[in-house]
Amino acid sequence: MATWKKLSLLLSIIPLLLLLAYGFKTNPREVPSPLVGRQAPAFALSMFDGSSNSLEALRGKVVILNFWASWCFPACYEEAPHLEAAWQTYRDRGVMVIGVDIQDRDTEAKAFIERLKLSFPNGPDPQGKISIDYGIYGVPETFFIRKDGTIHYKHVGALDAKLLKAKIEEML
Amino acid sequence: MQNVKGEKQRWAVCLLLAMVLGVWSSSILAGSIEDQTLLLAAELRCPVCQNLSVADSPSEMATQMRELILEKLKNGETLEQIRGYFVSRYGEWILLAPTRKGFNWIAWLLPLGVILGGAGIIVLRIRRAIRRGHGPNGDASRPLDPRYASRLEAELKESER
Repeated sequence: MATWKKLSLLLSIIPLLLLLAYGFKTNPREVPSPLVGRQAPAFALSMFDGSSNSLEALRGKVVILNFWASWCFPACYEEAPHLEAAWQTYRDRGVMVIGVDIQDRDTEAKAFIERLKLSFPNGPDPQGKISIDYGIYGVPETFFIRKDGTIHYKHVGALDAKLLKAKIEEML
Repeated sequence: MQNVKGEKQRWAVCLLLAMVLGVWSSSILAGSIEDQTLLLAAELRCPVCQNLSVADSPSEMATQMRELILEKLKNGETLEQIRGYFVSRYGEWILLAPTRKGFNWIAWLLPLGVILGGAGIIVLRIRRAIRRGHGPNGDASRPLDPRYASRLEAELKESER
């Protein structure tokens, strides 16, 4: 009877331990996006420089859609120079880099662009419609959109030059 | 013939009552557009604060989400459609309670199973204890020890005087 009790106790503890081990292994901040592999949600954006852009108008181009904010330090400050470098390298090969500034003030956002000398188009998302449409839950987050408008990859956190190059080359 | 007529009338009254109650309860449940917004917002997880619902969170993103829900309701979308929209953008992660399907049933049924199992164990243990005579009233069927019986009788007689 004692052996049976010990065995049943052990059998009830093992699944609990396995569940805990699985829980500790996963990163609670990492939420897989259901959008990857699907058509990217359409957007229209008024840029800080007065121009406008839309996904529809960019069909046929590879689009790097980066969500950022001036208060996002240091991640957004770290990745912005890499995005600028990628824009300079690939702009003539049909790659478009677009920055979407979210939950921010225009003056701070413009200062950020000026300070980091960003020449790719950036625009605000004042009502958060684009960020909600893309399932954003933090900054920075970046979507890599193929020429046919489907989402190839989503990156959460700061980008580096190596990853940017690899993902762009995969889509070209 | 009279009975059949009376029965028909009773059925008609019941049907009318059910319809009135149905309309009344659905209007209570649906509430105003603002109530519906809060109802749905309470089901959604705030993406930037995770431990709060979109209804409870003071964050800018949660405010934008509530505004979007309100706008969609005003445009005639149903709560189900709007819930589906958020799930299509964020995945089921956005729902504070998992949907009742597939593997998710474990989350719904496991607590119930544990409660029922625990109650079963408690009942079994109590029954076993009663059977062994360790219950709160002991074993009433067993004869009283003669030493105590005579003493009890003497003390009862004493108290009656």
